[in-house]
This record gives sequence, structure tokens and C-alpha cells, in this order.
Amino acid sequence: MIRVALPFHLRNLANVGSEVQLSVIGEVTVQSILDAMEERYPMLAGTIRDHVTKQRRPFLRFYACGEDLSLTSPHTRLPDKVIAGEEPFLVIGAIAGG
Amino acid sequence: MTTIRVLVGTKKGAFILTSDANRAKWVVDGPFFGGWEVYHMKGSPADPSRIYASQSSGWFGQIVQRSDDGGKTWFQPGFKLGEPTSTPEGMPVTESNKFAYDTTEKGKPLTTHQWYDGTQHLWEFKRVWHMEPSITDANTVYAGVEDAALFKSTDGGSTWQELSTLRGHRTGSLWAPGAGGMAVHTIIEDQKNPQRIYIAISAAGVFRTDDGGKTWKPINNGLSSLHIPDPQAEVGHCVHRIAIHPSRPEVLFMQKHWDVMRSDDAGESWYKISGNLPSDFGFVVDVHAHEPNTVYVIPIKSDSEHFPPEGKLRVYRSRTGGNEWEPLTKGLPQKDCYVNILRDAMAVDRLDPCGIYFGTTGGQVYGSSDGGDSWKPIVQNLPSVCSVEVQAIP
Repeated sequence: MIRVALPFHLRNLANVGSEVQLSVIGEVTVQSILDAMEERYPMLAGTIRDHVTKQRRPFLRFYACGEDLSLTSPHTRLPDKVIAGEEPFLVIGAIAGG
Repeated sequence: MTTIRVLVGTKKGAFILTSDANRAKWVVDGPFFGGWEVYHMKGSPADPSRIYASQSSGWFGQIVQRSDDGGKTWFQPGFKLGEPTSTPEGMPVTESNKFAYDTTEKGKPLTTHQWYDGTQHLWEFKRVWHMEPSITDANTVYAGVEDAALFKSTDGGSTWQELSTLRGHRTGSLWAPGAGGMAVHTIIEDQKNPQRIYIAISAAGVFRTDDGGKTWKPINNGLSSLHIPDPQAEVGHCVHRIAIHPSRPEVLFMQKHWDVMRSDDAGESWYKISGNLPSDFGFVVDVHAHEPNTVYVIPIKSDSEHFPPEGKLRVYRSRTGGNEWEPLTKGLPQKDCYVNILRDAMAVDRLDPCGIYFGTTGGQVYGSSDGGDSWKPIVQNLPSVCSVEVQAIP
């Protein structure tokens, strides 16, 4: 199972805890994780990436295993530790305030 | 026993203020959707228990919320807690926050509008500014959005379709944003003519359909805006708000960027009614529930100084349909007041005497239960208020 950590407001929308566990079919990539997430929690569709263009929303970034994955191709295979469920895939919002 | 419910959208959540018909003691519930911007929430005239709310954030985009029990509990339409969130085939059951511009040939939708610097710019959905539930059907609701477009749902907010004939109007490429963005912020259904709807866009102007949204006509004749190259242009006017009395839907009142205006012919022509106002800049305008010629505005000093003239918070009332205005000050701060009142932040109830409510960017919501003669703060320390609506529930 893939572990995904969500920011506070998205946890509330999906009515879940700080992490969710997802079964991802095929290669584990940013895109396949988000596809699985939106299928399991459709209320999150449009909140992390645009409904139509599938572009990441500008105030959000993706991290895993200490790497910033925000600008890598959404089709890139994620690190083994994420695939093994040892490390979470992190959805991080920009800090509010100054 | 009548219950009054004031729906308040703020920069950091929504609040519901409840009272009996005396409107003297209030219960404050909320925040709902804490931390999110709630640009607008409004109850259905057809079913007062049904309330729609626009919840948005710079981080996570647009969410639509709905209550079917008068604001006690909320859900995203189509996503009731405990119910399946996908079909047996695994497809999402609904897309209540999907506002996708129509890109088909139908209605000849445009893909660009004018940007601040005069170049053409792609239409991009940002948020829902205004929710307008249908007068007759609780499951039908319109959404006015930024970038300016009109959407409609007929399934209680679960899915949305653009009425792209508005955005596809031949003038669409000339529409431009004001400093606050480019949005459909006012939607008014004509109770006497179900085919007629008025909408207003900052900064394009007012449009009217007489055929249920198939075609739209700009109705800005008589408006004059000195901040645009052609002050009498067909479109480009920064209309802040329009209001009607339901019994007389052909008479429109407008608070424009500057100028308070009136039309007696369903928007075909406009004339100025600013009269003796200390400033005719402002955002809100509304009409008394039982006196179609009694109008309220709140003057703001100027387009660059968004606070009341002289630091005095004054509602101005005209009982003559404009031009002759009286300041209403009893109970309102008359010194050191530098708040703003945004365009969706005034509402009137249908009781007699008529109640009037408005919210400020300083977090106060003021109410009057005597047609504006006197005012009291209902609540004083909310987040900055975006919108105020009111329901009178028998």
C-alpha cells in the first residue's frame, strides 16, 4: 500500500487522518497516486491538481524520501521506499503567513 | 414563530446568526469551513432549509458545500458522509467542484479576454463569487465565477454546466478584470418573467437574457466611466452591484465603481441618482422589502480609499428612488471607522418592519430591525466579511 500524507484542510474534506493508504495499480508515479486518490476520495478531485489540465495547483508541492518531486514528470517512477510503503508521499501546502 | 437566519461568508469561514422575529437576541454558530474563504452563501427561496456555499482557497481551489437542514450540517453535493463515493464501476459519483469552461462549438465560446496590459489572456477558472439559487426549484442554482462566466446546476450542485453564450458574447474579448479580478458577481432572476435574468460583471457591465440564457444583451446605455478610454463604451464598466424589488423587476438600481444609477426600463437606459451623497463610490446597494422606491447604499470615500468618508460609517437611504438621500447613523460608529463593505455584504429580510444587515471588512455585522432608522452590531469580531444574506423562515 502507498502511504500519502495530506495537509490539514484536505484531511477534513476527505474525513481522513493525517495519512491515507492507497492501492495503486501499475507503475507507482505521481500521476498514478493522484488517480488512485481521486478515485478513492473523489471529493479531493480538483483540490490538488486541476480537473481539466491535471496541472499541480501552484501553492502545493510533492515530496518523498527527502526529494522535491514537484517539477519532475508525473510519469516518473517514485522511490522504492514509497512503493514499499516505508516512506510516505507528501502533499505539502505553501506556508500561510510570513 | 418566524426565525431570522443571517448567513455570513468571511475570509476564514462561514457563520450563521439566528434570531426570532424581534431580531434583538442573536445566536452565533460557526465557523463552518474554518480557514477557507467563503465568498458567498445563500438559501433557496423554494426550500429555506437548502443553503449553498462557495468555499475556496488559494491552495486547494474551489469547493461547493450544501446544507439541507438550514446550516446545521454540510456536505459536498454528491458526497454525503457514509455513502459510497464512487459508482460500482469505480467512477466518482459527482464533480461538484468542477467548473470547466465550455470548449465546444456550442455558443462559440471565446478562449481569451483582455488582460490588464491590453493583451489577450486565457480564460482561467479561479473561484465562485456568487451562488444564486433558483426562485422556484431548490435543485437549480446558478454560480457566478471568476474569470467571468455563468454556470448552472440542476442537480443540487452536484454537477455544473457553463451557460457559455454569455462568455461567447461578441464583446467577450473586450472584457477586462478590475483590481479584484473579473467575475460574474450579481445574478438576478425576474420573478415575473422566468426567461429573464440580469447578470453583472466587473469590469464589463450588465447583461440581460430574455430567453433563458440562449442570448445575452449588454445593457449599459447611459453609464459613463471616466477610467476607460471611451467613457460611454458598450462594455467595460465596473458595475459593483445591482438590485431590484421583486414586485417591480424592470426598475434596477446600481452601485457602479463611481455613480449610483437607476434604470426604469429593464436596463435599456440608465440615469444617475447620486444626488446629495457624500461620495457616490461604493459597493453595496439594496432595496427595502416593502417599499420599492426605498434604496440603501453605503458610500465609500474613493476608488483608492476604501473606507467611509470622514471615518463615519453611514448607511444612506433614499425614499424617493434616488437623488435625495438621508444619512442613517444611529448605532453606527461616527468616528475612526475605516472598514469597507463589499458588494455582496448587504441584505434585507422580508419582515415588517423590514430588517437590513451588512458586514464589514473589520468583521462586524450590523443589523437594523426598523428599516435603517437604528442599528446594532450583531457580532463584532468575525474575520473580514465577504458576504451577508438573510432568510426569514416562517
